[in-house]
Amino acid sequence: MDYRLSHLQQLEAEAIYVIREAAAQFKRPAMLFSGGKDSITMAWLARKAFWPAKLPFPLLHVDTGHNFPETIEYRDQFVADIGARLIVSYVQDSIDSGRVVEEKGYNKSRNGLQSVTLLDAIESNKFDACLGGGRRDEEKARAKERFFSHRDEFGQWDPKNQRPELWDLFNGRMHPGENFRVFPISNWTELDVWMYIRQENIPLPNLYFSHKRRVVDREGVLLAETPFISLVSGESYEERTIRFRTIGDATCTGAIESDSADIDAIIEEISASRITERGGRADDKRSESAMEDRKKQGYF
Amino acid sequence: MMDLLRFSTAGSVDDGKSTLIGRLLYDTKSIFEDQLEAIERTSRDRGDDYLDLALLTDGLRAEREQGITIDVAYRYFATPRRKFILADTPGHIQYTRNMVTGASTVNLAIVLVDARSGIVEQTRRHSFIASLLQIKHLVVAINKMDLVDYSEDVFNKLVEEYTAFSSKLNVPDIRYVPLSALRGDNVAERSERMPWYQGPSLLYILESVHVGNDYNFVDSRFPVQYVIRPQSETHRDYRGYSGRVAGGVFKPGDEVLVLPSGFTSKIRSIDSFEGPVAEAFPPMSVTMTLEDEIDISRGDMIVKRDNQTKVSQDIDLMVCWMNEKPLQPNGKYLLRHTSREVKCIVKDVRYKVDINTLHRFENDKALGLNDIGRIQIRTSSPLLCDPYVRNRNTGSLILIDEFTNETVAAGMIL
Repeated sequence: MDYRLSHLQQLEAEAIYVIREAAAQFKRPAMLFSGGKDSITMAWLARKAFWPAKLPFPLLHVDTGHNFPETIEYRDQFVADIGARLIVSYVQDSIDSGRVVEEKGYNKSRNGLQSVTLLDAIESNKFDACLGGGRRDEEKARAKERFFSHRDEFGQWDPKNQRPELWDLFNGRMHPGENFRVFPISNWTELDVWMYIRQENIPLPNLYFSHKRRVVDREGVLLAETPFISLVSGESYEERTIRFRTIGDATCTGAIESDSADIDAIIEEISASRITERGGRADDKRSESAMEDRKKQGYF
Repeated sequence: MMDLLRFSTAGSVDDGKSTLIGRLLYDTKSIFEDQLEAIERTSRDRGDDYLDLALLTDGLRAEREQGITIDVAYRYFATPRRKFILADTPGHIQYTRNMVTGASTVNLAIVLVDARSGIVEQTRRHSFIASLLQIKHLVVAINKMDLVDYSEDVFNKLVEEYTAFSSKLNVPDIRYVPLSALRGDNVAERSERMPWYQGPSLLYILESVHVGNDYNFVDSRFPVQYVIRPQSETHRDYRGYSGRVAGGVFKPGDEVLVLPSGFTSKIRSIDSFEGPVAEAFPPMSVTMTLEDEIDISRGDMIVKRDNQTKVSQDIDLMVCWMNEKPLQPNGKYLLRHTSREVKCIVKDVRYKVDINTLHRFENDKALGLNDIGRIQIRTSSPLLCDPYVRNRNTGSLILIDEFTNETVAAGMIL
């Protein structure tokens, strides 16, 4: 027998190890679930990690209210299929209670406000760790994330003072009020996620596959027509053949023009693509260190 | 089957590390247009007249501002043969802990040598860390060959010098490649400018080095990570022990021993979501059930009956100190080893190592940030362990400060 594992088998074994470690080390963990492919993959791995038992923690969705209806439909079906418990926290509640103030201007987004809602959800549910689908290849600030990433009592990340992480020994110890973010698929790339989805035959929201949709081209980012976007002069919607490469808040998730209608076509497209996945994210274009700044504030 | 290679680089400003990584990413078509645009924009804003590839690899704002690499950053690229995970670490002595961290998970390390300056202190330090962390494959990349006229003599002299030095190391596989990261010589493709070099390019070595035997497939070790008890209609009495195989091969029917209790049993099944598993080996994550109902919990270790770990409260180890607060003689620390957490007390500091010369100082026993030394500890309950040279998984541990909860040391059991 050849005692070798493919790269996907190795990544899977690592992710399952990290997920089990989080369940073992923390008293009240939760798994962040957005309905995007990364959190779907992570939840799929969690189901494998604890089989034949169910997930020993709930899924937590921070809902900006600016969703594609397909995402919510998918979310509810997926959660029912794997028998998980779902907790939804609404950014709208944070706005209504005056915890946050909605951004103004034509390019406003609720993406940044999610951090406050997330931190509130962590506090009210007394979660001590949140598992997230962040990957190190996504963005340069994320390249330095630990598997077990410490957050202080304000939910902040201190990138210059991270705990060293050696071998597969994770230190999840903390003081009261602090918490952790745990990233089981840290070492996966976008292509790994897609290859795994194909291997496992994981169902996905149809937003990921090519379809016709009315979009507006805003500074090079194609934004879908939704009630949450207001056009400014000179802008107009037009129908194009697109798909989404990432799925997040509808006001800042850019579509790409694509004919890729199935997973094989998507894998081929990504392999040949010369633009990174987050190249279509308006939230990252705000500045050179946009992600690092948001992460310090408690972003995912 | 596409497999995975984890490797590390260590280096500091000006030794060409960033250029080499940039070149590897560029030549494997792993740099994207928007990333290139972003660094072009930043280079332009700073008034640079060249494209600074280091901007690709230095992630944090403080690093960009100071122009230094202060942490381990992970990079990903792939060729049709392999996926690569690169732990990119800084090279200065004050970042020894970062180098140790990066080296702890890799199969191979690239040691960069500047062809003009030869084997320097930093070369020796990087090599020693690789050896200490039991990295089995080392590539000595002799860089900047373009600045020494691609001279075979220069290369041969450096190989000779390094070979003499490396007799002190414990690395079974050392290879030498002459290259110019700036011009791409021998990085992805064999260079025509060094016809005297008959060996493969750096990328070819990375693609082809055999790492399958880097795990220990002899001594069966299964640290119990989590106990699975569904208590559902269909699995009412199911009791599974989940974890990651840390050594050896397990099969259903194997006679096993549970440590530290000493109970014996047989493996009834090895389970996964996909169904029964015929053989479990490192680094698989699986769930085991046993024939007998015995009390097993996280922190216990399942081993083969005829091949047990050391079970001991007195442990000798090499440590790399990772915290500003130095090691306290007679200090108490929390200790994490496999899935086990115990307390320990430092009984003795045997010696400190000068990591530039490998000289042992038996009179200087103060271990501070970035220091490496040999210590002896006593633990509150036994560790189920192997020497680090025999098994990286069951031979490694970390020390944690009880009050700050910070990870203060990395330990390798002797």
